[in-house]
Amino acid sequence: MSGPHELNEVDGTNTGANFTHDLVIIGSGPAGMSAAVMASACGLRAVVLDEQPRAGGQIYRNVTVAPPAVSSLLGPDYRHGATLAQRFAACGIEVHHDTLVWDVARDLTVTAQKSGRSFHVRAPQLLVASGAMERPSPLPGWTLPGVLNAGAAQIALKTAAQVPDGRVVLIGGGPLLLLVACQLLQAGARIAGIVETSAASNRVRAMHHVLGALGAPALLAKGLRMLWRLRRAGVPMFKQATEVRIEGVEGAENTDGKQRVQAVSFTTGGTTHRLEADVALLHHGVVPNTQISRLLRVDHTWSDAQLAWQAQVDAWGQTSLAGFRMAGDGAAIAGALAAEASGAIATIGAAVALGKLDTGRAQQLAAPWRARLARQTGIRPFLDALYRPPEWLTDCADETVVCRCEEVTAGRVREMARLGCEGPNQTKFFSRCGMGPCQGRMCGITVTQVLAKALNRTPAQVGAYRIRAPLKPVSLGSLAALGQLAAPAKPSSH
Amino acid sequence: MFKPINLPAAEQRKTVLIRVEDREVHVSEGQTLAMALLGAGVVPFRRTAVSGAPRTPLCLMGVCFDCLVEVDGSQNVQSCLVEVREGMQVRLPSGARRAGDSA
Repeated sequence: MSGPHELNEVDGTNTGANFTHDLVIIGSGPAGMSAAVMASACGLRAVVLDEQPRAGGQIYRNVTVAPPAVSSLLGPDYRHGATLAQRFAACGIEVHHDTLVWDVARDLTVTAQKSGRSFHVRAPQLLVASGAMERPSPLPGWTLPGVLNAGAAQIALKTAAQVPDGRVVLIGGGPLLLLVACQLLQAGARIAGIVETSAASNRVRAMHHVLGALGAPALLAKGLRMLWRLRRAGVPMFKQATEVRIEGVEGAENTDGKQRVQAVSFTTGGTTHRLEADVALLHHGVVPNTQISRLLRVDHTWSDAQLAWQAQVDAWGQTSLAGFRMAGDGAAIAGALAAEASGAIATIGAAVALGKLDTGRAQQLAAPWRARLARQTGIRPFLDALYRPPEWLTDCADETVVCRCEEVTAGRVREMARLGCEGPNQTKFFSRCGMGPCQGRMCGITVTQVLAKALNRTPAQVGAYRIRAPLKPVSLGSLAALGQLAAPAKPSSH
Repeated sequence: MFKPINLPAAEQRKTVLIRVEDREVHVSEGQTLAMALLGAGVVPFRRTAVSGAPRTPLCLMGVCFDCLVEVDGSQNVQSCLVEVREGMQVRLPSGARRAGDSA
């Protein structure tokens, strides 16, 4: 890109005169909001860019404007977000919502789009707090209308005070599955069943980590309370389900009334069940959203415990690219309270790198946050083991669509492995798997696992999709308007 | 596919009028277009370019791209990332575009 706004090469010492800020923060969920508050406290000139119209991320989505009835239904964990959002709004850091980051260069120049116009911001320190997304649950029928992620149902409640209409069947495993079931129940939805897919062997594995869990009695009690509420409400619950299939009539030529979920069938304890359903909600935990860290080609590791990629970060959130930090669930799944802590810690790290804090003061400032982080991460190995997704899902059956955009099945991916494809970038080339509008977000993790199994290699050996800009589609008009960011009238523009 | 929960009158939002294909729909303001369409029983949102299969949103948080619709003439808009506005014109994509289709 040439023209008056062309950016110079950085010399690597971060003394360039064309920095717009000290720190660019991407995302305003718990990690991003906490980072902004800390940046303000450290006297950094920071800017927050966020794709959503309001602060909160997904976990605290809409928390600043949710009706009191909705807020009370979602409980104290959600309302905690309101306190953080208030501190965020009051901290005076420049914030841009409805702002899509679509490129980040290795010199940390960030290109984003707001109101149909693209612009650059650039700072010696970049903190990506891009959060988590729900793990894709590839099972037969998961592309049918009426199938949503369980988290999506929670977003519907938070943003629109709506719940699924008709019979709802929840499928999967994890704390969020039970939480969403409880919230929907309380909000007046009709739960026709909860089909848990966690394998029996998970309990044995989880027992190895029970000590860490006992260190978080409040969380354990919360889990038991949710189970009790669902049982008392008479919600049918099924455990260790296999052969889960969502039935419906799929295909272009059907009449409108039949283009959606009709039932969920599965096997448990040797018996086949069939639950009629109008809406099916899927959940198999959450995984880091690694689009930006993949774009920047930093080092990632495959976590066998979480069955997901994690960008490698040090104790201050620093990745393998100098100045680029990650915090929150975008780095590794640990939940909202941990994200708040890691966002603050990474910002302290940035302040040290910028010469605004000495290391002694930084350690002092970070200590309470580290203690909080440790409290939150202690229970993780137990939860990861207990709710590990079943192998029939991560290495799904041949007929299952893995790439929803290009409609490529697991069988097709295996066929390409037999033909000599050694990784996801080759299967992409031969089948378009991962080349649709979602740019591999929904299939990447599945394709890596299916290929690893088929090739008898580890996911780390098989690798992940190469991610390229634009991270989401942008129009030519937006590119043409590429210019410097005009300062907003108010620091907190909505 | 979705329905509103019972909210006290004081907490209910006023409505805006949008047009979905040839149908006028009153929807609560302050929600995303995807939620407004789900609440209005719009099924499917689109038919895929590959096989013409019907789809509705999976994630509602900007990652699945199954909520793509045409908004005020702009194609492939993630309806879970835009809020409804009075007078919004929505068209539901149907299959792949062919050369010569109007923009």
